[in-house]
Amino acid sequence: MFGQAGPVDACTPFVTLASHLPALQVVVPLMAAPLCVLLRRGRLAWLVALIASLAVFATAIALLGRVQAEGSISYLLGSWAAPWGIEYRVDALNAPLLVLIGAMAALAVPYARVSVAHEIPEQQHYLFWATWLLCLTGLLGVTITGDAFNIFVFLEISSLSTYVLIALGRDRRALVAAYQYLIMGTIGATFIVIGIGLLYLTTGTLNIGDLAARIGDAGQLRAELAALAFLTVGLSLKLALFPLHLWLPNAYAYAPSVAAAFLAATATKVAVYLLLRFGFTVFGSSRVFENLPLGQMLLALALAGVLVASTAAIFQENVKRMFAYSSVAQIGFIMLGVGMATPTGLTGGLVHVFNHALAKGAAFMLLGCVVLRLGPPTLERMAGLGRSMPFTAAGLVIAGLSLIGAPGTVGFVSKWYLVLAALERGWWWLALLILLGSLLSVVYVWRVVETCYFREPKTPAREAPMSMLVCAWVLVAGCVYFGLDSSLTLGAASAAAQSLLEALR
Amino acid sequence: MNLLGNVNYWMAMFLLVMGLYIVIARGNLVKKLIGLGIFQTSVYLIYISPGKIFGGTAPIIAEGFRTYSNPLPHVLILTAIVVGVATLALGLALVVRIHEAYGTIEEDELQLQDIDAP
Repeated sequence: MFGQAGPVDACTPFVTLASHLPALQVVVPLMAAPLCVLLRRGRLAWLVALIASLAVFATAIALLGRVQAEGSISYLLGSWAAPWGIEYRVDALNAPLLVLIGAMAALAVPYARVSVAHEIPEQQHYLFWATWLLCLTGLLGVTITGDAFNIFVFLEISSLSTYVLIALGRDRRALVAAYQYLIMGTIGATFIVIGIGLLYLTTGTLNIGDLAARIGDAGQLRAELAALAFLTVGLSLKLALFPLHLWLPNAYAYAPSVAAAFLAATATKVAVYLLLRFGFTVFGSSRVFENLPLGQMLLALALAGVLVASTAAIFQENVKRMFAYSSVAQIGFIMLGVGMATPTGLTGGLVHVFNHALAKGAAFMLLGCVVLRLGPPTLERMAGLGRSMPFTAAGLVIAGLSLIGAPGTVGFVSKWYLVLAALERGWWWLALLILLGSLLSVVYVWRVVETCYFREPKTPAREAPMSMLVCAWVLVAGCVYFGLDSSLTLGAASAAAQSLLEALR
Repeated sequence: MNLLGNVNYWMAMFLLVMGLYIVIARGNLVKKLIGLGIFQTSVYLIYISPGKIFGGTAPIIAEGFRTYSNPLPHVLILTAIVVGVATLALGLALVVRIHEAYGTIEEDELQLQDIDAP
């Protein structure tokens, strides 16, 4: 009985690199991390991280290309057949997310050379890069794996390394923020394990595809509903859904600039992906969305998040903290799309995952430039930035416009779809509230614009170095480019939304 | 009967709620971590309990043994224990650093110290 579950086709004669891309996606950064520790030299470790990140980006693009050409890829780790062994699965939903993580990594590393040298003590550089690569490994692993328990393991790899990255911030409050995040994050992760455990108890499987099939048979057991509840709460903690967002503002505000930029663009997005994976792929066929008010609950919390966090952002003096609160609000917009659970709504939510990553990644990278020249980015210090650091200030304005959702930037595309989805369902009030949320973001972005352009500079500052500006401006240019030509992002998002909603029928 | 039959789950749930309560109610950073440890450990019990089958042995194929306990939950929980140890170690390391930076590990005193920093 047990002997039969051995490796299948273990003696394939031609092992090509291309057939192992899904494994390499995770293995490359995983192996690069200890290499950084062994090298013990900051410069060399940076080089290793750069090569690994570029390799990750290239792998992700190759995988996306294959998924779009041939459909989902299933990769059996160690050639153990799927329900027994761990399966890596790349489909229309997670392939674009892998590209997003890869792109952010490939931009963050060249950006970070100067920023890290400035913000982190020399002797800790190699450890920073090792931790950073582990974080990347975890995020990629969570996204690519098709095994529920493996998701937990990778989630904890990324979370533990995230706590370390945040604690490396220069401000001593970074330590308290990291501790708080550790407590909240571990509670979230433990809830996720309980959920996965209950699913395993009722179905006897951990494979995502297998879970989906067996839950469909079993009907509505109470343990399954409890599993869904634990998973939803745990993942909401990880993705910072209001009111479980309390760890986020301080964590992003006091983390090293490059860590804040990378995490804001990817970490919460991966948690959103997991919620979609469990909510739609696993539970989709068991009709949870019809029998439970899950959609309405997500909508209510998302709306509250948009309004409360945007208002809180208005009153922040530290601009990094302001944008961190804005992240909570933007996650609210993403969850609005998820809660509506219609093709248009989901497309809007998914495209906003990408668009918000671009805008917020750019904003935090540019704030890193401010940190480099002026210290902690408070509004007071940033007065007259438009004159002293013109490129940084201009980039911040465009990223800010994108957060508002001004036409011509990426934010407009996703907000347009969200409003459209609300109107499709006949919810005028929701459309109006989305506009109200955007108006609140006008207020806080205006505060930044006003200080940068309409005040006299207090402290003289030079423009940030080229390596940082170029990386940040690639993202800023992305904000405009994908705002004007949205066919690529919308195509991927609507394909992913379709694949999710198929499970519901 | 049913109540006694599920005693392992009752205990696990009791530990779960107790751990979570300690995390929320205590202001001392080390005590919070103790609560977190109890909270995580309770989940190990939830996983391990159903893997046990009365009269079952370790899943080694041999003459005379026909019932086996499910080994998978044990393996999963070994991984979870490793994660738990790592979390606890990192948490304690952070507490040491916080103590160095602030001179206290009480949450309310920490908040007071940073109240007027920019």
